[in-house]
Amino acid sequence: MSTTSRGTTVRLPQLGESVTEGTIGAWLKQVGERVDKYDPLVEITTDKVNAEVPAPVSGVILEIRAEEGNTLPVGAELCVIDEGGTAAGTLAPAAQPPAASEPASRANGHGAGTRPPRAGGGEADVLRTRSSPAVRRIAEEHGVDIGRIQGSGLGGRVTKQDILRYVDEQHAAPPTPPVEVAPPPAAVRAAGRAIEEIVTGPRPGEIVARPAPQPAAPPPPVAQLPAAAARPEVAIWEGDQVLPVGAVRRQIAEHMVRSERTAPHVTLWMEVDMSGVVASRARAQERFRQEEGFELTYVPFVIKATVHALREHPYVNAVWDEERIIRRKAINIGVAVALDDGLIVPVIKHADDKSIVGIARAVRDLALRARAGRLTVDEVQGGTFTVNNPGTFGTVLSTPIIVQPQSAILSTEAVVKRPVVVEDAITIRPMMNLSLSIDHRILDGLSAARFLGTVKHWLESVRPDTPLY
Amino acid sequence: MATKLLIDAIRDTMFEEMRADERVIVMGEDVGKRGGVFRVTAGLVDEFGENRVIDTPLAEASIVGVAIGAAFHGLRPIAEIQFFDFIHPAMDQILNEAAKIRYRSAGDFNCPIVIRTPYGGGVHGALYHSQSIEAIFTREPGLKVVAPIMPSDAHGLLKTAIHDEDPVLFLEHKKGYRLVKDEVPDNDGAIPIGKARVVQEGSDVTIITYGMMLLESLAAAKKAAEKDGTSVEVIDLRTLRPLDRDAILGSATKTGKVLIVHEANKIGGVGAEVAAMIAEEAFAYLDGPIMRVAGAEVPAMPYSPPLEHAYLPNQEKIGAALDRLAAY
Repeated sequence: MSTTSRGTTVRLPQLGESVTEGTIGAWLKQVGERVDKYDPLVEITTDKVNAEVPAPVSGVILEIRAEEGNTLPVGAELCVIDEGGTAAGTLAPAAQPPAASEPASRANGHGAGTRPPRAGGGEADVLRTRSSPAVRRIAEEHGVDIGRIQGSGLGGRVTKQDILRYVDEQHAAPPTPPVEVAPPPAAVRAAGRAIEEIVTGPRPGEIVARPAPQPAAPPPPVAQLPAAAARPEVAIWEGDQVLPVGAVRRQIAEHMVRSERTAPHVTLWMEVDMSGVVASRARAQERFRQEEGFELTYVPFVIKATVHALREHPYVNAVWDEERIIRRKAINIGVAVALDDGLIVPVIKHADDKSIVGIARAVRDLALRARAGRLTVDEVQGGTFTVNNPGTFGTVLSTPIIVQPQSAILSTEAVVKRPVVVEDAITIRPMMNLSLSIDHRILDGLSAARFLGTVKHWLESVRPDTPLY
Repeated sequence: MATKLLIDAIRDTMFEEMRADERVIVMGEDVGKRGGVFRVTAGLVDEFGENRVIDTPLAEASIVGVAIGAAFHGLRPIAEIQFFDFIHPAMDQILNEAAKIRYRSAGDFNCPIVIRTPYGGGVHGALYHSQSIEAIFTREPGLKVVAPIMPSDAHGLLKTAIHDEDPVLFLEHKKGYRLVKDEVPDNDGAIPIGKARVVQEGSDVTIITYGMMLLESLAAAKKAAEKDGTSVEVIDLRTLRPLDRDAILGSATKTGKVLIVHEANKIGGVGAEVAAMIAEEAFAYLDGPIMRVAGAEVPAMPYSPPLEHAYLPNQEKIGAALDRLAAY
């Protein structure tokens, strides 16, 4: 008798001392039939004795492997009985969920696809539903529901790595609420100094002060973060409407807090003369609308300018990873899309492969599917830089929040006709502000300004004959 | 600096200290004329004479008792017990006298002795030449217990032990004597008692160990890294009492998964104390059960080679435990 992961194989026993084989007689049980331990299964005839082979275990006959009339040696397989479920309380190795037994899934991502099967009663259930102290602590800190996470540990347990990965990989990382209250004073002061520096430059002999608030100390390893402090209770007043926090809102909140907490944000602004872009767009609009079926906006121009600037300044297309800086080769532009109840940031992968029209098509496609809730997981991951467009709602300045783990985010503001000075004369130009928030751990005012300046310069160099395809 | 075997590092340290301070004496069975049954004390009697390198009778209680008395009179004795397995007759002297005298006399007397002894198995030593009974001593307040395996650690810790004003039990793994080597500083590099060493850093699992099991643990960690990419942090305790709380808890909170490995038996062993400390003080950071791999729970290490092999932890057994813990 041997045990496979689900069935017990019944073999021809030695029915007499010198008996070496037997002939299968009548099968007393059939496939699918339930048998109790010691029930006779089949008659065997030998030259010494006729006998019945009893069932060694209770269960259901899974398979019959010996035909009536066959003569088989002692030890030959007769049938397989499925005992139905492993023994309760023990973790048989075969019952281990596939995700846990694959080293790759432990090292890389959470197991894809369906949840691993339960290992059957007892300890495995406890593992799946309870959590280790470390996991509970992290869950509380980040407001995460452990039950939502795919576990790669024993019995489908959510491990510390699983939950840390989950916290990092949160999709839907919208960077900016559309209308914001006055930016925090520290950021304004810092940004103000940054702009002053760009505009006036350091005076000879002057030490250029870092235009940022003191960069935060590197965030301590998760193990040392203090547990979430007790929140004071908020009282409900008569007439208040109390709404539950939905999953999307919660994810947005988690990401924003984490982004602000880990990356010291500094925002820089530049004004862009959009007259060239306006003219180019106007010239191309009718044909574009006819051929593509939708309107050409300024966003593809800004994204194209951004892609160009990222190629010129690869240090912006990078990730801060504590002990090292990873400069991404791929240029994947996240494009923030406003939804009814929040924001989502689908990603144009390899945006540097696309022309302005190609970018326009990609943005349109992603935005439509975003609003229809039909983006794939891959399409909301892997961004290396994000472009946001609060200007459509009328803002002229904003302080966007970086999408982790990127290093910067660009917001385009409203295009407003303003009187400006061009060659010592006043003229009317369509002006648009660009708001660039950077992670001051990895970027500095000067390098950020250079980058933003490249974006501005590209946009201001657009002519009506600038190719869009 | 020179590359030395464990045995040479220990011997050279005794030469250095005996040259530096004439109060340092060595006493034990066969330490003088024979130079020690392992040759650890070879050459000492020729340089320092029979008054400072004393061949004692086969009488462990007296070896330690006389050393204690000599210490009270201002000498700094290094008492050798020929095998850790033979220390039992001296226990009353060690635990009731040496360990307690400072406390008992409210500081009027202290006992600056070092008790050196070879311990551990894997050398076909069988019942009475293989024991790892440090757990009997690591529970004794007033006593310090060190078990360095790397020659540089042995050198540094022996220096500190000799200078220590209170009794220190200095354990030398007999299998390591001629097997383990590393760079040893010349006559400096004292290492404080009570400090562990992070031998390699890691982030997934911590192994806390000492003695020859350090080498087995490092081998198992290397294999796990190659096979599964598991990042293993390995800590050599070096001192068994007092335990290095900062190192132990620091690593436990960092990885959340701890495996303790020692040759001595599991029940009531040093690992049990380490595990209790972690469970009590780093509970919130644990991501898996605290596991221990230890010598078999039988009265003694067998003589028969396959049974001795079955008794001892080794890199395969450590590797299997590492895999289970990493996958938890």
